[in-house]
Amino acid sequence: MAYRLGVDVGGTFTDLLLINEESGATFTAKVLSTPEDSSIGVLNGIARICDESGVNPRDVNRVMHGTTVATNAVLTGKGARVGLVTTAGYESTLQVARSFCPGGLGGWVSFVKKPLLASLELTIGASERMGANGEVVRELDEARFREDLIALKSKDEVEALTICFINAYINNAHERRAQEIAAEIFADIPISISSDVVPEMQEYERTETTVVNSYVRPQVSKYVSNMQAALDDKMGEGTQLSILRSDGGLASARAAGESPVNLLMSGPAGGVSGAAYFCGRAGFQNILTFDMGGTSTDVALIQNSIARVRRETIVGDVRVRAPSVDVRTVGAGGGSIAFVPELTKALRVGPESAGAVPGPACYMKGGELPTVCDANVVLGYLPSDVQLGGSMEINREASVAAVQQIADACGIELMEAAEGIIKIVNESMFGALRLVSVEQGYDPRDFALVGFGGAGPLHANALAILSDSWPVIVPPGPGVLCAYGDATTQVQDETARTYLTMTAGLSDETLSADLEELASKAADSLLADGIKTADQRISYQADLRYAGQAFQITVDFTPEELAARGVALLTETFDAEHEQLFTFKLDDGHEILMIRAVARATAKAPAEQTVGDASASLEGCVVQDTEFYYDGSWHKATIYDRSKLHAGLVVPGPAIVGEMDSTTVILPGFVATIDEVGNLLINSAR
Amino acid sequence: MTARLIETNTKPLEKIDVDGVTVDIIENALRNAREEMDAVLFRTAMSPGIREQGDCFPMIANKRGKMVVGQFGSFIGPFLEAYDAEIEEGDVILTNDPYMCNAAVSHLPDWVVLVPVFKNGRHIAWSAMFGHMSDNGGMVPGSIPIEATTIYQEGIRIPPTKLYKKGVLQSDLLELILHNVRTPQWNRFDLNALVAACNTAAKRCVELADRFGDDVLYSTMDIMLQRNFDAMKHIIQMFIPEEPREFVDYICDDGMGMGPYKIKCKMWREGSIAHFDFDGTDPQAQSSVNFYLNEDMFKMFFGSFTINVVDPQIVFNDGFYDLVKVNIPQGTLLKPNFPAALSGRTHALGRIFDVLGALLGMGAPEDMLNAAGFSDSPHLFYSGYDDNGEWFQLFQIGFGGVPGRPVGDGPDGHSLWPGFTNVPNEFIESYFPLRIERYETIPDSGGAGLHRGGNGLSVAYRFLCDGDIGIHDERWLTYPWGVLGGDTGLRSTKRIVRADGSEQWLPAKAEGIKVKKGDLLYFNTWGGGGWGDPYNRDPQLVMDDVNRRLVTSQGALRYGVVITDNGTVDLDATSALRADLKSKREDIPMFNHGGELEDIRARCEAETHLPAPVQPEFVVARA
Repeated sequence: MAYRLGVDVGGTFTDLLLINEESGATFTAKVLSTPEDSSIGVLNGIARICDESGVNPRDVNRVMHGTTVATNAVLTGKGARVGLVTTAGYESTLQVARSFCPGGLGGWVSFVKKPLLASLELTIGASERMGANGEVVRELDEARFREDLIALKSKDEVEALTICFINAYINNAHERRAQEIAAEIFADIPISISSDVVPEMQEYERTETTVVNSYVRPQVSKYVSNMQAALDDKMGEGTQLSILRSDGGLASARAAGESPVNLLMSGPAGGVSGAAYFCGRAGFQNILTFDMGGTSTDVALIQNSIARVRRETIVGDVRVRAPSVDVRTVGAGGGSIAFVPELTKALRVGPESAGAVPGPACYMKGGELPTVCDANVVLGYLPSDVQLGGSMEINREASVAAVQQIADACGIELMEAAEGIIKIVNESMFGALRLVSVEQGYDPRDFALVGFGGAGPLHANALAILSDSWPVIVPPGPGVLCAYGDATTQVQDETARTYLTMTAGLSDETLSADLEELASKAADSLLADGIKTADQRISYQADLRYAGQAFQITVDFTPEELAARGVALLTETFDAEHEQLFTFKLDDGHEILMIRAVARATAKAPAEQTVGDASASLEGCVVQDTEFYYDGSWHKATIYDRSKLHAGLVVPGPAIVGEMDSTTVILPGFVATIDEVGNLLINSAR
Repeated sequence: MTARLIETNTKPLEKIDVDGVTVDIIENALRNAREEMDAVLFRTAMSPGIREQGDCFPMIANKRGKMVVGQFGSFIGPFLEAYDAEIEEGDVILTNDPYMCNAAVSHLPDWVVLVPVFKNGRHIAWSAMFGHMSDNGGMVPGSIPIEATTIYQEGIRIPPTKLYKKGVLQSDLLELILHNVRTPQWNRFDLNALVAACNTAAKRCVELADRFGDDVLYSTMDIMLQRNFDAMKHIIQMFIPEEPREFVDYICDDGMGMGPYKIKCKMWREGSIAHFDFDGTDPQAQSSVNFYLNEDMFKMFFGSFTINVVDPQIVFNDGFYDLVKVNIPQGTLLKPNFPAALSGRTHALGRIFDVLGALLGMGAPEDMLNAAGFSDSPHLFYSGYDDNGEWFQLFQIGFGGVPGRPVGDGPDGHSLWPGFTNVPNEFIESYFPLRIERYETIPDSGGAGLHRGGNGLSVAYRFLCDGDIGIHDERWLTYPWGVLGGDTGLRSTKRIVRADGSEQWLPAKAEGIKVKKGDLLYFNTWGGGGWGDPYNRDPQLVMDDVNRRLVTSQGALRYGVVITDNGTVDLDATSALRADLKSKREDIPMFNHGGELEDIRARCEAETHLPAPVQPEFVVARA
């Protein structure tokens, strides 16, 4: 038997999902994460899941993994000390950071700049220069470069080195040579060059991206190689470890260790892939995903079961040029704190969060400030008198006391204040949904809304009323969704180059030849990871814009489509999408900025398996009666146990469906059906 | 005469009660709509000035034209009073003439688009946006002629005009306008983008009215205005003293040999009303450095500088205007008589912020007073024909040192204008015939202080084609002042090294300078002033700055810090030097202007290699 294993390491729990590749049978397990070395938690989980399922670890031949190691290094500021080599005269590139001060008029008064990820003390300039057309303006002064590197090494601080030269995106000869020289002097640390990591125009973005790659690289490399070694030990040599990248593709362990900047959104990408997987199986290809956690909410748009990818990744204050699933984050989550500024008497929610400590008031861990979670408790959406899977006890009185502060400050009733908090937080999530839909030219009414994450299913029904996106889909086990995403994704790699060519003078033959060259490189990369050419599929991308425009649109196409329609395929597709976005198009002046070839493994997806035990009646799934407050009045409601619900049952609102790590609210006037895959589908009762 | 709005549905909007939560939701939604305007503009505009640097400003206003969300305040009220025509659904109004819109835009290159928002035949709101066009015709590429003496020389003047009538583009008019500019394609796209942004905002307003009801939206906008009124009323009580305060600052010259020009402002409070009086400001200039300052816009500067104190999430708007009275005497630099030239207004615009910052901060300097950082927005124009015979025209905005502030050191080479960023050098090099040899901060240019002023930037432009350049900059003569013992920042300089090796210092304001292939221009911006006593700065921080090449070992002496040859702080020598320096100095003044104006003028040629400007001679302009 052959098995594949999906593993998602979260802040609290590590989720595992084992799939029998032939029968589609699945097993799940949840163990505590081990933040000091998350591979320990993963190994514990593997032991647990194999033990419980009776599967021999040696039958697991693929492990697919979403990791937050890179993300956490950035968020906690605990990455490597990075040395940086720039073109002489450009040492200030990161310090100046495109001169941007956040905030409105007068924002500079309070702006405090964060320390650079590659400090100026560890930055040196190399005497060299490429021109904008790739011509050598000044040769690399190798002797001086060596001297400066030796001086830099003697500081004994550099743990990873970055080289980023001006115009290296168009000619990287100097970067390559500098890398060779640096490798002689810094023999034992990773060296990243910008033309490898992100061969794109714009010196600040390229430098920052390559520096971030260096910043997370030692930790990620160590993590990945430890993990591979442990897997080899437990499951046998040659167990194939793949890491989920920010763009939703899988990278081999080797590729992940070299370009870890591509892993910054590995976690959210798993959730989006998992949502796409479940909804796709249920027949929903166009969905808005909405992953609401404790401090923030991630939203994304999926069309034709493919998540939109954008060529930028943002983690905390760090913004890099790396492709990632277009996930937008708002600072609104279950722990977001509500407050009322004294003068304006406006009700504000977030972005401050109570976090895990002191946490929302209801958990009695020292938190006293009112949070979104407390409002949910006051309103009865999170029942306090019955434990729903989770082990945390809920104290409604504490929540009432906290929310009462808001009611007093606004001069309104308690319940009105609690509903107000929920409405405000829903509105700000709706704002994020608009960013990925309306602002990209999509109508949210054409999409279903998928709620997951700890708090997503609580708010999903109400949010769908705002966005008019139906049905609301709550996939089974919203907590192991990421592991599903990991386990059901294919390996891919891509190669790219800056093209900067007007389509008017470009022949079909030249474009095809240039893309084929990239394709063979991407294919080689998969070959190096043991994926045969016959098991690969090549697709192409081109970034286009009207010359001079800042905005660009990525056009996806296949080699066959290119052969059939040539360059016109690109310009026509671009025009159509531009018109959808901005209501106008031009007929000429198209410029191709970047071209890319993507090689994907075509390994077959696991067989599908339906869930559910058809024997239980709806009454048999009832936990108890309850009531909750909605739209200005109390409603009698029923609490159901999700683990017993199965396909064909219809749960009428008002209702609450509880499971181990999540709670779904079905509002009055709505019903939830359970589909074959195990999704809850919420629709209007009419 | 006034504008007449034609509605097919004349049922008046009614003011009703709206619950607080709904107000907060609509407030959020309007804020999102405003941000969406920016997003639409940036993605579809074509000129680097708008899309890379963000030189543009959106607004949504209520039915009466009061700005509900936005940045620079509303001009719609006064505009409607002056616009003698009918306005119908589908109309889009365009203007760029400061004299025709009560200085809603302050020079001709800023084109403003105004869209009336209708729902079911009833007028419910306005959206508007202005953006800086790359060219507006006139005497020089970029249309900011320093030596213009009337606005007629500054390019095409567009009075308030319907670009669209009932939804139909007036293409003859558009072609006439674009025929007069050097960059018609950029302007066409940028204008298209402005209209698209305003239409987006209009759509969002209609959606909100659909969702909550027309009367709810209408009433909520009033409540949002009231929120700002209440917040500002408190701020004015808190920060504006009854006892008048005064501050004087200067723009160094007018680009035609005269200067400095004085800007004087007095601030005080009577009851709950804040007064700002610019009496004593010099008469209007002979050249284009006049800044026609709309009183409401000044109120907005004041409000946005202070309102963050009470509720940073508040959606900032016009609601508090009645609480502020502004007097700007007619015929002065800040309110010149028609047809005075206006295009070079960026210098006085920047200086207004230094003046305002000083006035607001001097009452509580430890918490509120920043040093001077606004030079202006330094401009570089470079134009000509490239090797293929194609016309090129580059407009670059420069950045300098953010001043030392109560919160800490000023960032190096950062923007003081919201949302502005530099244009990536690799972008410039691939689209224009030049190479940027160096792009670095200037060590020691930030004023020494307990909190260091940010360093200015030195950008070395190598021209790869013959052409013309124009330079617009400030603070080359007067200093970015320091406060509370902080030192002045270094002044801006421009030096060109010709291909033949000869060197030349260029004035801060100059145009029509011929450059040859191979010439190298060092465009050096100002450093921010220092904040607080430099002798109290932690020597280790000074050492760090030295290790970061932001301060030199020699420059460390300005902090009284002695650095040894092997790169460590000599603590004993530092203590001794600091004690000595402290004993020798006089009382610390609140402001350090770098000396008396007459002395600065006398030292001018020796220090700046440029002749001192002569005291302006004012000709009484006809009102």
